Amino acid sequence: MASMRDIKRRKGSIQSTQQITKAMKLVSTVKLQRAKQNAEKSGNYFHCMFDTVNSILKKTGSLDHKYLKSGQSGKKAVIVITSNRGLAGGYNSNVIKLITRGELAGEDLAIYAVGKKGREALQRQYEIKADYSDVIEEPAYVDAMVISKDVLEAFSKGEISEIYLAYTAFKNTVVHVPTLLKLLPVAISEESEKMGEETAVGDDRAPMNFEPEDEEALNLLIPKYITSLIYGGMIEAVASENGARMQAMDSATSNAEEMIENLTLLYNRARQGSITQELTEIIAGANAIS
Amino acid sequence: MADNNLFTLRIITPERVFYEGEVSMVEFNTTEGEIGIYKKHVPMTVIVNPGIVTITEAEGTKIAALHAGFAEILQDKVVILAEIIEWPEEIDVERAQAAKSRAEERIRSKTPETDILRAETALQRALARIHVIG
Repeated sequence: MASMRDIKRRKGSIQSTQQITKAMKLVSTVKLQRAKQNAEKSGNYFHCMFDTVNSILKKTGSLDHKYLKSGQSGKKAVIVITSNRGLAGGYNSNVIKLITRGELAGEDLAIYAVGKKGREALQRQYEIKADYSDVIEEPAYVDAMVISKDVLEAFSKGEISEIYLAYTAFKNTVVHVPTLLKLLPVAISEESEKMGEETAVGDDRAPMNFEPEDEEALNLLIPKYITSLIYGGMIEAVASENGARMQAMDSATSNAEEMIENLTLLYNRARQGSITQELTEIIAGANAIS
Repeated sequence: MADNNLFTLRIITPERVFYEGEVSMVEFNTTEGEIGIYKKHVPMTVIVNPGIVTITEAEGTKIAALHAGFAEILQDKVVILAEIIEWPEEIDVERAQAAKSRAEERIRSKTPETDILRAETALQRALARIHVIG
């Protein structure tokens, strides 16, 4: 049986760990609230953006535009949004797994890293084109503009043929889904096509006009569309990160509590054992004298 | 009667809903020139150029500096998706002045490498900001 002092020391260390995990949980709860509000506030914008771009694309479906077809040569690029800090459960590794084991596994990829954890995990295997890790602390729309400008430039030059976005979608506080989204070439998914049809019947009484003309409008709109998707991805990723950390820290705190309970039991047993032993010794000593 | 001339205007930015209300007219600058919109405008999507957006409500007018984005115009509703837009009180005058002189300088001393389009956009932005403050 471990000595009383060992048990006491162990208990102390677990207690201080528990204090840290508890504090981290509280911090991420607060951050989660804020990130969630941000995600909700910006939701409006993306919805409108999505609808507009889709309605244009539907109208100009057969248009031969540089953003609508994949490049001839070059690698595929992935923008990987992870966190700068660990201790968030499976949050980071889930996003990384998406790339190393998902549909893009084994391909030669160019990585645009947002978040240190993703960069560190992927730099052994892939080429890191750029690192924007600082922005994930407090994502602003301007940051997304910088990233989208860089990737679109590389796309126009033919350095990369397709652009993907890997991030963690925030469904609610406990459900976060690692998602791989294709940004370029822009493709209308079946789902959105259906959605588009419904709204088209619903509220479009007159056909939409575009000024400037379709092609030019696409030139200007698609970068904005990509930017907004990247921004949305970052906002959701931050919310997911804090949600994941909150959950991880919550279970760490309750595990610590359980361990402390067990150790307290052990400690008391050891204490009682030593008292009994002392008593036995004293009685034996007294008996020996008389 | 007055009520019938009103339509819904929403100005949305990635960070927040900037403005939402019933207005009788909205004016702003697009890539094709300045436009003013009343109710029952032909449905149209336009790209925004840096400039001033003037919102005419029943009780008066409001102005703001609108820098980038696009607008979806429907018969009884206008949605402006603005990447950057500011109320006059949110603008930093000194920064705008500095940006203006920087852009002017860049256009004046142009070299083959100068991105004239970018400098001009920057100048337009700075001018819009300064103008809004009045």
